[in-house]
Amino acid sequence: MKTLNRLFAAFFIFAALFAGHASAQEAPDALIKRISQDVLDSAKADRAIQAGNQKRIQKLVETKILPHVDFQRMTSLAAGRYWHDATPAQKQRLTKEFRDLLVHTYSGAIAQIKDQTLQFRPFRASPSATDVIVYSQVLQTRGREPIQLNYRLEKQASGWKVYDINVLGAWLVQTYKGTFATEIGKGGIDGLIRTLADKNRTLAATPIKKARS
Amino acid sequence: MIFNKRVIRLVLAAAVAAAISGCSSTGGNPKDPYEGFNRAMFSFNDTVDRVALKPAATVYRDALPSFVQTGIGNFFGNIGDVWTAVNNLLQGKVEDGMSDVARVALNSTFGLLGLIDVASDAGLPKHREDFGQTLGRWGGEPGPYVVLPFLGSSTVRDTFALPADFFGDPWGYKDPVSVRNIGRGVRVIDNRASVLEAGDLVEEAALDKYEFVRDAYLQRRQNQIDDDGDQRVPNYDRESGVKPQEGKPIASSAELTNR
Repeated sequence: MKTLNRLFAAFFIFAALFAGHASAQEAPDALIKRISQDVLDSAKADRAIQAGNQKRIQKLVETKILPHVDFQRMTSLAAGRYWHDATPAQKQRLTKEFRDLLVHTYSGAIAQIKDQTLQFRPFRASPSATDVIVYSQVLQTRGREPIQLNYRLEKQASGWKVYDINVLGAWLVQTYKGTFATEIGKGGIDGLIRTLADKNRTLAATPIKKARS
Repeated sequence: MIFNKRVIRLVLAAAVAAAISGCSSTGGNPKDPYEGFNRAMFSFNDTVDRVALKPAATVYRDALPSFVQTGIGNFFGNIGDVWTAVNNLLQGKVEDGMSDVARVALNSTFGLLGLIDVASDAGLPKHREDFGQTLGRWGGEPGPYVVLPFLGSSTVRDTFALPADFFGDPWGYKDPVSVRNIGRGVRVIDNRASVLEAGDLVEEAALDKYEFVRDAYLQRRQNQIDDDGDQRVPNYDRESGVKPQEGKPIASSAELTNR
């Protein structure tokens, strides 16, 4: 009996330790809330960002957002069945160019932040889930409909990582899938990489449109 | 009508000519069998937007005080809520429909003929429903993607639903006709002004603007019909051959509470 009790005690201690460890990893909704509030506050407080200072915005994106996004997975999903045909070098370049494009677009969105606020839907997911969606919306100035903004995250060893975003009802990966397929059909993976690189060069040369005052 | 017959004929002729010249290229997307026609129409609309609508909307945005713009948006939004209410009721979404009726009642009275959206502050969120969504809710398949002259992205189903939306627009009965037409023009410009920034982002994000808009629109449209899109989460794993994950995405059943 004593051994059994001891066994139970050991089990509970283990369970408690394990639970403690699990909660140490930030929940996906808490993570998204923290990052997006952080980005929103930083953008609102920073005059340089509102003025469209590309470097400043890029830095904000790189430090606050990029660590929590899995671009490799995002790119592989957008490339779909063509991903398997790509060489490791192609995969790496494709991921880099796609990331640059998304970072630039995201920077453009951040430059437009003015008086928006965020609203999150109550999050409920089973503790064992490894693939979840966090629903939020961006409330604009009165009279305008809110912008639906959802994040799809995957649980990885290093924490939850975003791998798809839904803007106004359209999933980003899904939206790029068609374009990727067309470009690959025209010029192969290298063709797609070239198109993305060209686009990024053009974007880098044009200033970010700033928020209107 | 905002355009007289001669203008319409001219535009149609230009559109048809553009469509014929664009018919040679088809990408083979099963959702877009009319891609040649659509691309031509898309570039036609894009030109109209670039030379007329966008500049007008930009001037509107920069010249008018923002409270005036908000008032204009609210005014036409309130009128649009009538048809949204009808469609919500037709779709069996009684709670939303009644909320829309209450919105119109509140905004038309306390909101000074709709100029102030007091209902949103009172916890009655704005919805946007049209007859195409109602048909979709009733089980109507969207059919192929269609780009309409001036109106932009649509589907075959939603194109058939357009006359009903036209009929269900209370502003379409406004007399005198001159006021009606000016109002229509202002409404178009106000709508365009509200998506100026979004339009810039699309320019930046898209490799091929036509494809980008099409693929985003078709998803968004389905999402509007499903409401919040909980039901349709893309299953990438199956197609890409990536090992399926334990546990599916779990959508929270709780509704968004308004503030």
